[in-house]
Amino acid sequence: MARTEKKKDVVIVGLGWTGSILGMELAQDGLEIVALERGHDQNTVPDFQFPNMIDELKYGVRLGMMQKPRNSTVTIRRSDSETALPYRSLGSFLPGNGVGGAGTHWNGLNWRPMLSEYRLRSYVEERWGAGIIPEDMNLQDYPVTYDELEPFFDRFEHVAGISGKAGNIKGQIVEGGNPFEAPRSRDYPMPAMPSTWDGAKFGEVTKSMGYHPFPRPGGIASQAYVNEYGMQMGPCNHCGFCERFGCYNYSKSSPQTAILDALKRKPNFEYRTHAEVLRVEMAADGKTATGVTYFDEKTQEEVFQPADLVILAAYQLHNVHLMLLSGIGQPYDPATGEGVTGRNYAYQMNGGYTLFFKDEVFNPFIGTGANGMTIDDFGIDNIDFGKEGFIGGAYISAGQSNGQPIRSMALPKGTPSWGAGWKEGIGEWYGHSMSIGSHGSHMAYRGNHLDLDPTYKDRHGRPLMRMTFNWNNNDIRMTQFMKSKIEPIAQALNPTSMQEGFKKEGAMYDVRPYQTTHNVGGSVMGADPKTSAVNRYLQAWDKHNIFVLGAGAFPQNTQYNPTGMVGGLAYWAAHAIRTDYLRNPRPLV
Amino acid sequence: MKKLIRVLGALVVLGVVALLAFIFVPVQRTGPVTQLAADYKPAKGEGEYIMRAGDCLACHTNEGGKPFAGGRAIQSPMGTIWTTNITPDKETGIGNWTLDDFRAALYDGVTPNGTHLYPAMPYENYRKMSEEDIVALYDYFMHEVEPVSNKVEETKLGFPFNLRFGLRAWNWLAASYEPGFKPAQGQDEQFNRGKYLVEGAGHCAACHSPRNLFMAQDGIDDTSKAFLTGGEIDGYTAPDLRGPESGPQKWTTEQTAAYLATARNAHSTATGEMMLVVRDSLQYLSHEDNTAIAAYLKKIGTGPANAAATPAEPVVTETEKMLTEAKADMPLGPRLYLDSCGGCHFVNGKGAAEIFPELDGNSLVTAKSPKGLISVILHGAELPSTADRPMKVRMQGYDKRLSDEEIAALATFLREGWTNKAPAVSAADVKAVRDLATHH
Repeated sequence: MARTEKKKDVVIVGLGWTGSILGMELAQDGLEIVALERGHDQNTVPDFQFPNMIDELKYGVRLGMMQKPRNSTVTIRRSDSETALPYRSLGSFLPGNGVGGAGTHWNGLNWRPMLSEYRLRSYVEERWGAGIIPEDMNLQDYPVTYDELEPFFDRFEHVAGISGKAGNIKGQIVEGGNPFEAPRSRDYPMPAMPSTWDGAKFGEVTKSMGYHPFPRPGGIASQAYVNEYGMQMGPCNHCGFCERFGCYNYSKSSPQTAILDALKRKPNFEYRTHAEVLRVEMAADGKTATGVTYFDEKTQEEVFQPADLVILAAYQLHNVHLMLLSGIGQPYDPATGEGVTGRNYAYQMNGGYTLFFKDEVFNPFIGTGANGMTIDDFGIDNIDFGKEGFIGGAYISAGQSNGQPIRSMALPKGTPSWGAGWKEGIGEWYGHSMSIGSHGSHMAYRGNHLDLDPTYKDRHGRPLMRMTFNWNNNDIRMTQFMKSKIEPIAQALNPTSMQEGFKKEGAMYDVRPYQTTHNVGGSVMGADPKTSAVNRYLQAWDKHNIFVLGAGAFPQNTQYNPTGMVGGLAYWAAHAIRTDYLRNPRPLV
Repeated sequence: MKKLIRVLGALVVLGVVALLAFIFVPVQRTGPVTQLAADYKPAKGEGEYIMRAGDCLACHTNEGGKPFAGGRAIQSPMGTIWTTNITPDKETGIGNWTLDDFRAALYDGVTPNGTHLYPAMPYENYRKMSEEDIVALYDYFMHEVEPVSNKVEETKLGFPFNLRFGLRAWNWLAASYEPGFKPAQGQDEQFNRGKYLVEGAGHCAACHSPRNLFMAQDGIDDTSKAFLTGGEIDGYTAPDLRGPESGPQKWTTEQTAAYLATARNAHSTATGEMMLVVRDSLQYLSHEDNTAIAAYLKKIGTGPANAAATPAEPVVTETEKMLTEAKADMPLGPRLYLDSCGGCHFVNGKGAAEIFPELDGNSLVTAKSPKGLISVILHGAELPSTADRPMKVRMQGYDKRLSDEEIAALATFLREGWTNKAPAVSAADVKAVRDLATHH
């Protein structure tokens, strides 16, 4: 029944951003590599082609690019007193599917975390003392410094093709960029995208208030671009179909535009689609992996793929699921606080204001996923945690990503949601609103975690992964603080009316409305094997030939969109494997 | 009267003798142009490199077939020509050929049994190749190519083209020049390297030179005025390479070299046959050789001596104004352009370097035959993956989205837009190209 494939040097699980990066880097060392992708193959043309792709109903609402819960999902509960139920209808977060993964349907926002975020626990203890850390908060440092990661952030930004404006080059503050960013060795590879009118207004008013607005950096090409692999992007036309869509214009940074065609030329690299990895197989002594077993959709059988090196490069949730199923790291137990796999699952705390202007016209037919202007004046480095009573921070920005008719027609509260009143409201307000949002950090807590569900199984008979997650007061205080900072900015813009959407004390996690696909933690990196699943090189502590990529490594979530950090860590890990591990396979720490 | 009869009789006898000679006197085979040492050995990789430069693989390999095993159909005005098996298989390939046999095929267009090859095989051009390259190529086919037993379909053209001996007369017109390559005096090494590759192995003139009355290339080297001034293959226009508006003259040498190596540069991209030439041949040439080709082409330009490459002040054309204003009463052509094309090629028709080709001043857009342009709109186009530019950038086709009338309006707009000036396209033109795809 099961067949065994020819042994490879490396097997990569998942062919999204991190799988493509590791494939490309390790292929340069001549290793024989196979990448296993559970979804389908997809290319700009024909899969994302115009006009088929710009179909909001198919992709924006019916989520055509995402995984189908019937094939793969998690169960969710908010506390251990609840019974987790399967997440049968995607809402809060949207894991992608197919070659390119989430890298095909993201908005393109690309950041490096602020300086304090790499060593948040030490930073807090030094400034305010451990006493301000809530008892149930698993606050941790990254086991790697910003200076160590800087060359790898830079590498990723130049491979991915990021447009932006540097604010700090080697310590020199650059006018017009983000003065609070960690010092970068050079500018972004492309100049920033121009902003739409809402972002421009936000930029003007925040500047007049003494803040430091700058254009949001993102993987949206502001001009023709060629990266180090010879891969290309074309300038964006601001069509506004970024998030939830594949870009038909070669303008959005993705594995397809940045890596894949170059990788496919490597004779020592191959990839198989419709190959869902079921578990990592271990040697008899349990100290190393021998390969992976996957389900071949085409032949409907289990296949063993032997390999010397196993790279888990699937989405964060799937990586942690595979670790739990395969016995990589001790499963985390919130009752005792022991165990590491599934520990420190964290999310993102966002909020915002919507502003309506009777006499202001915003052209809703243009936008990009990374459009707009931002201030980082309330970023995590700039907040007195002791005084404000929370640990965290956020960036605040305005810039429309699209004006799609089903999901992007903001209406003042009280407008009927259907019928003549709704039509009248749309007529009056479509193109007359803007929003200001805060995108905030989310800490890790003892109770929020991932483990295997005792009841529900997937189509392969494997237990589903269970997510136990709820909001916590620390992050709610953070977002309420952001509300108090945004409100005067919004008022200064003098809208006809405005309404807020920030979580309040007592808010419970609701999986139905979309929030963000920034699921992090569960396979966190750390210096201590008791509180982390992987070491500073993303190598599993207990099985040295397994590396676990992706946002699962974040000890807690930063205030930013995670892709920049995910990409930087992928190049960092690839460098360690290439320069050290391959020569002498062993635990690197 | 008697005298007249005698003269006529003499002429008839002479004619018969000439015809008999034509038919029965063995065909002369050209010998080596250079006597190489008996132990001469080509360097490793040299033969394969010449094969790439000569693009042998493209014609002598069938879709999905084994390399060099032949069997590919070449459409010619005279009918279908089937390419031959040139693997070293002794039965069905060229395994029994001697070096002299091999040279005769490349120089004279004859096989060992004296059969004349149809000039789809560009021996008019290969006749310029050096003995060193002939030997390297022979060595490659004999020792590095896998023999494949594959009997290919015999080429059977209609009368009178089935009388292959007739090609002998054609050869006297087309391929009777002194064999081998003569470097141009007073030109540098790079020029002559470029000249050698273009005129010889590269056989650029086979497509890019016009054809004369006898269907021979009108100009096989740069002493001819018509050489590389544009030709036609299968109804598609192969653009002029020498006029002031041609790519190699408008672009910098580096840009032309990039086009040859990667099928894309700051201005344009290669489509159709030229895309295949880049994919199968030019991308494998060294940077120096592609640069030499580009530099040579620039030097043989016929325009005002290589106008300085300083970009003129950008002028906002009427077309750009119309597209920017985007009024509701815009004609169909520009409206379709905004709907389906402007997202990449922009209102100024300038696109973006190496990925979205310029449409303003693009030789494919303004080509004498609109067939290439129509074909790209209908079926899209894909750039080949090359070492320097691995991305298979692909423009999608619009055959399912636009009708013949719409494509005609769009193509006409493109041919008249910005600074372009080319005749309109009719719905019948579009239909003809659309039908081609369904017949193939």
